[in-house]
Amino acid sequence: MTENSVPVLSVQNLRVSFDTQDGTVHAVDGVSFDAYAGETICIVGESGSGKSVMASSIMRLNNSSTATTEGRILVKGLDVLSASEEEVRGIRGSEVAMIFQDPMSALNPYFTVGKQIAEAYVVHHPGASKHEIHDVVLAMMIKVGIPSPEKRIDEYPHQFSGGMRQRIVIAIALINNPKILIADEPTTALDVTVQAQILDLMMSLQKEFGMTIILITHDLGVVAEVAQDVIVMYAGHIVEQSHVDALFHAPTHPYSWGLLGSVASYGDNKRGGLLTISGSPPSLISLPVGCSFHPRCAHSKGEGSVCMTDSPSLRSVGSDGSRSACHLADDVLVSVGRRGFRS
Amino acid sequence: MSSEIALQAVDLVKHFPTGSKGILGRPDKNVRAVDGVSFTLRKGKTLGIVGESGCGKSTLARVVTRLIEPTSGNVLLDGVDITKTSGKDLRRLRRQMQMIFQDPVSSLNPRHSVGQIIEMPLRVQGLLDEADSIKRVKELMQLVGLNPEHFNRYPHEFSGGQRQRIGIARSLALNPTVIIADEPVSALDVSVQAQILNLLERLQSDLGLSMIFIAHDLSVVRHIADDVAVMYLGKIVEIGPAQDVYSRPAHPYTKALLSAVPIHDPSERGGTGRIRLVGDVPSPIDPPSGCRFRTRCWKATDLCGAIEPPLQADASGRIVACHFPEETPVTIGKSPE
Repeated sequence: MTENSVPVLSVQNLRVSFDTQDGTVHAVDGVSFDAYAGETICIVGESGSGKSVMASSIMRLNNSSTATTEGRILVKGLDVLSASEEEVRGIRGSEVAMIFQDPMSALNPYFTVGKQIAEAYVVHHPGASKHEIHDVVLAMMIKVGIPSPEKRIDEYPHQFSGGMRQRIVIAIALINNPKILIADEPTTALDVTVQAQILDLMMSLQKEFGMTIILITHDLGVVAEVAQDVIVMYAGHIVEQSHVDALFHAPTHPYSWGLLGSVASYGDNKRGGLLTISGSPPSLISLPVGCSFHPRCAHSKGEGSVCMTDSPSLRSVGSDGSRSACHLADDVLVSVGRRGFRS
Repeated sequence: MSSEIALQAVDLVKHFPTGSKGILGRPDKNVRAVDGVSFTLRKGKTLGIVGESGCGKSTLARVVTRLIEPTSGNVLLDGVDITKTSGKDLRRLRRQMQMIFQDPVSSLNPRHSVGQIIEMPLRVQGLLDEADSIKRVKELMQLVGLNPEHFNRYPHEFSGGQRQRIGIARSLALNPTVIIADEPVSALDVSVQAQILNLLERLQSDLGLSMIFIAHDLSVVRHIADDVAVMYLGKIVEIGPAQDVYSRPAHPYTKALLSAVPIHDPSERGGTGRIRLVGDVPSPIDPPSGCRFRTRCWKATDLCGAIEPPLQADASGRIVACHFPEETPVTIGKSPE
């Protein structure tokens, strides 16, 4: 219980901006959330919503010469953003590991997969013997479901298919038994049958290792499959944080509502006409004043209203423990209703 | 009867030569990208073609439009075989059949204004009347939901969804009867996807278009298609009305594909008996003997390796290429077993 009440990861008021020729891009603009042991949190949002920048901040992977990062990210009590390079290196891989979208570019084409998995292990186990390393790598390859690992340990990335490469990337990420796994669109580059295999694998490994998974995706189907908590991001802000059931049945932010309605559902009758969100996401250089979603929002009260003047903060709404950054969240919840607009 | 058919493909084959012995050797193998595909597109309807990467669906689109030459087979557009025409006749036929591409960035020339891009088909076809062209361009921009005043802007000034609208306007410039859309929404964000899907549906019913819609996203195809063809390794394994294919798939691959689609509601989670295919798609250079799906199929027997199942109607009228078609219907998220 005591262990559960302390978050394994705490992101506090994170701001990341990039200086560009056209102006300052506010990629992440005041994001806070906690993640607890064994939890699966999905972060959803469209391209440019800041989800990947936020994720790479947790590992401090943003280029410090172009990115300005403020706020605190606590992992095991250590503030990743202010820690020394050495301290961060101690956390990368052993406490927090990351897997990326494209398994081809995540692997080095010049080294065998065995060598690449071993490399991650040796960094945190400098004294390990050759024999031990070989055994650990082989065991990991079996765990992530690579057939005939004794043979494949000496093969190169190009000899593997997309799904098998992603398994190798997962093996590298998990070799040091991290507490937190950040997965940035891990199945987006994969076919649907392979995506199902990889999601199953991640979920079973989560059970085995007791990890917290932070999964970044744009696919609400993936969210429905695996998430417990969902964070919806829009233009660098968290606009809603809800339990997955609450999000799908009673979303508290008009953007979440639009996002769910836009998805062509498998069970759809043909030609229903999809709900759409009009327009497109705003420029992160000059965000709209007030709520950054108001130009596209069907609920916005128009000129002079609170939507146009004040930036809404994330607050508790309704009885499901949902948090919403909408001035009109209570109205939205009422108008969308508890009926679950999918039914 | 034939007037109901907009386009018909008969036994289309496209092999790409590959591999060679030595530097000067001739290619001695073929990538069998499309290997004997037949289908009909009904007038005013949408045929969805689904399959995983490498199954040949994009090659099929290019062969059907004759952007690449088929190795063999025929394509009948309104009863005329486009594989046997050339020169002026072919150009005239192409007016009737236009394509929408996946990537709205690379399919638009960055140095041409939107007006130039949209009028290009008219120019190529020699139908351009300078006085009328601006009017026509504005009309088309209006039709696809773009501001007609923006005709002299350049592609980079538009968002992804708007660029895809430009591509759609261009494809409509010649008043085609058949549209072939190759993954038209897969590069777009979901909220923008919905806008484009709604636009395509509206245009289809307003203009009476027949459409071939190629996608890997089964939910999107379910939403837009009247008929669905499922491809695997260069062949159609199942084809039929979308309703039937999705509710009672006959081919094991179709069933597995549908069962791999993520659910759309967390309350459907934990459905038992979901089918998980093992392994990957074999190489189209050296496909398995007999049924091409047998290496991943849980029902495969010796018969499947020996004899290739033809695409034909099974006992209940579903058109499927399988020796042992599925019997049980699929319910979403939860399997019948």
